[in-house]
Amino acid sequence: MRPDQEIIQRWIEPDSRVLDLGCGDGSLLANLKQTKGVKGTGLEIDGNKIQSCVERGINVIEQNLDAGLWNFQSDSFDTVLLAQTLQALSHPDQLIDEMLRVGRRGIVTFPNFGNWKSRLYLSSKGRMPVSKFMPHAWYDTPNIHFCTVRDFDALCEEKNIQILERTVVDLKHEGSLSMRLLPNLLGEIAIYHIARS
Amino acid sequence: MAIEPTQLKETPKSAIRSSIDAPDSVGIVTPHSYHFDEPLQLRSGKTLPSYDLMVETYGELNAARSNAILICHALSGDHHAAGYHSASDSKPGWWDSAIGPGKAIDTTKFFVVALNNLGGCAGSTGPTSINPETGKPYGPDFPVVTVRDWVKSQLRLMDRLGIQKWAAVIGGSLGGMQVQRWAISYPDRVANAVCIASAPKLSAQNIAFNEVARYSITSDPNFHAGRYLEHNTYPKHGLMLARMVGHITYLSDSAMRAKFGNAGSLLENTTRGNLGRDLRSGTLSFGLNVDFEVESYLHYQGERFSSNFDANSYLLMTKALDYFDPSVDYGNDLSKAFAEGDCKFLLVSFSTDWRFPPERSRELVETLLKAGREVTYLEVEADQGHDAFLMPIPRYSNAMRGFLDNAYKELVTDAS
Repeated sequence: MRPDQEIIQRWIEPDSRVLDLGCGDGSLLANLKQTKGVKGTGLEIDGNKIQSCVERGINVIEQNLDAGLWNFQSDSFDTVLLAQTLQALSHPDQLIDEMLRVGRRGIVTFPNFGNWKSRLYLSSKGRMPVSKFMPHAWYDTPNIHFCTVRDFDALCEEKNIQILERTVVDLKHEGSLSMRLLPNLLGEIAIYHIARS
Repeated sequence: MAIEPTQLKETPKSAIRSSIDAPDSVGIVTPHSYHFDEPLQLRSGKTLPSYDLMVETYGELNAARSNAILICHALSGDHHAAGYHSASDSKPGWWDSAIGPGKAIDTTKFFVVALNNLGGCAGSTGPTSINPETGKPYGPDFPVVTVRDWVKSQLRLMDRLGIQKWAAVIGGSLGGMQVQRWAISYPDRVANAVCIASAPKLSAQNIAFNEVARYSITSDPNFHAGRYLEHNTYPKHGLMLARMVGHITYLSDSAMRAKFGNAGSLLENTTRGNLGRDLRSGTLSFGLNVDFEVESYLHYQGERFSSNFDANSYLLMTKALDYFDPSVDYGNDLSKAFAEGDCKFLLVSFSTDWRFPPERSRELVETLLKAGREVTYLEVEADQGHDAFLMPIPRYSNAMRGFLDNAYKELVTDAS
């Protein structure tokens, strides 16, 4: 299992209800179902990934996250996951609100644009960073709302959202002491465990 | 005005993969009639003293009797869902694309049960059956039957077949309403519910189309207040008109453009600039004759339907559609209706279906989520309108196959 998934798994309570926004092929939910006995549902828009979920026996609903979570009752889940999808949303701030309406807690992971590599790329080349990790040109990227660790901290403060835990990892999803000390500079992927205050 | 069936732009014969000999066909099948003597108390308050159900089955019931799937038919369907009744049949059952060895509803794994609902006209007790009280056909005296009544009769069939729990109940459109009713009324008798292109209840527009259909039948001079059989006739024109209107609502604008335009495949981008205005004979008649292919097609469909379907049955089926609303017993909160039971749901809708559009399926998804139920939902891009639920569209077929494969794995695991 990927280390970020391991971190997420630690934060999930056994037998809890989990909603995974942008659940992909359902592998994370399948894992949580097996190891934690969670009752999970995923939202996804990619047809092939939906089919993978169906084949794994994972409940999946074809739904665009930009339409919000209107069809979900408040407090109907214990944890709502948003892994590597925040930056592709039209209104990430609104979806965070929705996540914490539908679930007691949220887990958000996103690529940290404040990482030194992005900063160096932008400052030295003067162009939007393109890398193996973020391979899209600025005009055709699905990632329309990049943010940094510090940006997300600020959003949480503004919204009075409680950060239960925050960690950063590199692209191999491994953490280190230096990354913990300078998360916004060294962290490549940020992982937040959040709750309503 | 007799119209000959013209050369229709239906799928070419060579493209229909299924035939009696095909390895994925259930082949020749024989329906069986089951008689029930225990009176059936109907929703209307009336009672059906006894009745017959015409049934077809495909595949083998396993020793644990746990691999049975019930297929619920829609407005004009019947028990003949797959295979052929004889080698000379030109067409297989109405859902042959989905049912057979290796198909989405795999008869090498499942024992599939399909029946003709009460009030129908394909062998189960209905308006053309003899009323034991009068010795004449029931005709208009056949009681109005509801989805709830059908499911009650299906439960009795289930008991007769010695099945404790359906591995799945599957249906599209009006069939999907029966699926919902199963999950509501008999939650512990269903393991999986597959509800395709359906709705929690009809909208005014849906009811309006049904009323046009009913009015065209009842205003036909040959209707004779429903006693047309006693007059040795039937409301052919009324039925034709009902079916023609119905047929338009089952297709999408784009499906019709592709079907009646020279552009070929439905799946290609054919609708742009193609309005589906192909002429039947190449020239305009400058009269009231059939000029366009679409007119000819509708006449043919209406004609074929009117000679195969009983008018009173059609009236009853449309009423069952209109009356369906399980929320009425639960303070108009449908989620309360789904509070009991643990069956899993698969719902599918189709992008161009305007009879039961995706919004209506999404309403059901919302309701089921509110009830805390396990739901999978697909919104499939398809050009064919409401009719898409009868077609082997890959995304749809694969999802149903994947969902049922898991249902099968579970029943195999439960047994071991």
